[in-house]
Amino acid sequence: MAGVRTRTQRISNRVFIALVLVVTIIFLSPIYWIGSTAFKPRALATSVPPTVFFEPEVTPFVKLVTKRVQLRKPPEKEKYDAAPWWEKAIYDGGERVLRVRNEVLQSAYSSRFMNSLIVAIVSTLIAVGMGTLTAYGFSRFKIAGKDDWLFFILSTRMLPPVVVAIPMFLMYRVFGMTDTHIGLIILYTAFNLSFSVWLMKGFMDEIPREYEESALIDGYSRMQAFFKIVLPEAVTGIAATSVFCFIIAWNEYAFALMMTNRRAQTAPPFIPSQVGSGLIDWTTIAAGTVLFLIPVAIFTFVLRNHLLRGVTFGAIRK
Amino acid sequence: MAIFSKLDPNSQAASRGLSDLSIRNLFIIPTIVFLIVFNIFPLIYSLGYSFTDFRASVNEPAKWVGLQNYRELLSDPNIWRNFTVTAKYVIVSVAGQVVVGFGIALLLNRAFAMKGFITTLLLLPMMMSMAVVGLFWKLLYDPSWGPINYVLNIGNFEWLSDPDMALYAIAITDIWMWAPFVMLLSLAGLSAVPSHLYEAASIDRAGTWYTFTRITLPLVAPILLIAIIFRTMEAFKTFDIAFIMSGQPTTEMVSIRLYKMAFQEWQTGRSSALAYLVLIVVVAITNIYVKYLNKVKER
Repeated sequence: MAGVRTRTQRISNRVFIALVLVVTIIFLSPIYWIGSTAFKPRALATSVPPTVFFEPEVTPFVKLVTKRVQLRKPPEKEKYDAAPWWEKAIYDGGERVLRVRNEVLQSAYSSRFMNSLIVAIVSTLIAVGMGTLTAYGFSRFKIAGKDDWLFFILSTRMLPPVVVAIPMFLMYRVFGMTDTHIGLIILYTAFNLSFSVWLMKGFMDEIPREYEESALIDGYSRMQAFFKIVLPEAVTGIAATSVFCFIIAWNEYAFALMMTNRRAQTAPPFIPSQVGSGLIDWTTIAAGTVLFLIPVAIFTFVLRNHLLRGVTFGAIRK
Repeated sequence: MAIFSKLDPNSQAASRGLSDLSIRNLFIIPTIVFLIVFNIFPLIYSLGYSFTDFRASVNEPAKWVGLQNYRELLSDPNIWRNFTVTAKYVIVSVAGQVVVGFGIALLLNRAFAMKGFITTLLLLPMMMSMAVVGLFWKLLYDPSWGPINYVLNIGNFEWLSDPDMALYAIAITDIWMWAPFVMLLSLAGLSAVPSHLYEAASIDRAGTWYTFTRITLPLVAPILLIAIIFRTMEAFKTFDIAFIMSGQPTTEMVSIRLYKMAFQEWQTGRSSALAYLVLIVVVAITNIYVKYLNKVKER
């Protein structure tokens, strides 16, 4: 009966589209709200009733990356006129950008953001590098008790962060590694390593053995076959695994909260810690959140065909 | 390591370059060693501390107290309350995720324009940082100017400062975040149901409910169960979202108690003991999960 549509079918189709729209709007509205708050004038962020339509401004982002103090009296006219647009926006909000020898002082956010980038990228590189090799080993060679070893690798991932953090904190203290990048990188590598082994094993299993076997017959050594035949075939898998590991490390909160407090602190524990200080400026917090969420949103779309595999540790491949 | 001693005798490349045996060991052993050094060794280290009264904040050597920490923890009603709070949270939030996630999956399980795009949009919440999600839901929940109270038109309803409501408020946020996970798995399960079964059912004039309970549900059940076990395990470990959203004793889950005991009260020895109690539960759930996963994989 393809092509023939009855009246009931047309109506049910409309109901269906309406339902999908409602669900999508409900699910996305929290994200819309935090996104829009980042562009609101401060007074509108907490207005009653909530403001939906407004003239967007980028002042929250300026506030996010600068250090400011409250103005006690209005700024001098020439100073105000000489200021660039973003500094005027701060003056208009009754604050002044702090400068030392004419250099604008940056807020802690930029350094926390950089810390997040450093820790996430380095731990991802190590975890995916080691994970790819290990996955190949488990995929191709005979190993006594293979399933038990794989289970062991997975089980390290299941530990609650606090359970691992207590002894790690004591050990780090002995070696002076608390609040260091390397300390966080090790922890993130450890829990991403088991993930990347499992995910990469799935991808490796999908590469036909015949590819390497014919290369071996052609005179390649096992190492050459791995680097020249297997790795190029596994590029998609490696890329997907890397993006997943990056997101996991990027989002991680508990370890960062317990192991760092200043120098190596990443964005997730830093952003909420801003809430506690004085009158909450939600626009600035929202701006920080939006900058932090943008990479994740982009990567979600990049990964869309691998999401299922990723969230189930490669168990379900579709 | 004894398990790595058996050489693959059928190797064609055994004579060229590194042997398969050494490549295998080179590829696998670093990972195993890394995980043992940074995950298993610390656990052994803290097992030792769990039998002492060690406090990391004072400069005194640890004193052996035997099983005292475990005895006191297990007879402490507050600790039991932490576990019951956690259990309640796990049940509410996982049940909510399954109902909402599976419901949306049923809705989306047909061809329509922009299906892939909309599905990906719906998956956004689960890719976000739990800490950040918890933070901005606090803004949404604000009793006086938050948009949720305004949209629902319920005045100044106290979501997070009401001790009875706070746990549910956190669970709602968790459901928003993780229902997409259940949806993703369910969609995979639903798309794997052979369409000829539905055709046969419609020829037999089977009702919608009958088709759903006799065809859809049994065939999607295995994958749905994976989702449930996975979410149960994660919900049991919940820390970030609850820690950020609420400081109420009624929302103090085991992980939060553990964190406070270890890093705020500095009762290192006792918290190590509690960590072991938590570990036992996690290992139990993990075992169920892996056993089940292997069963599903064999099919």
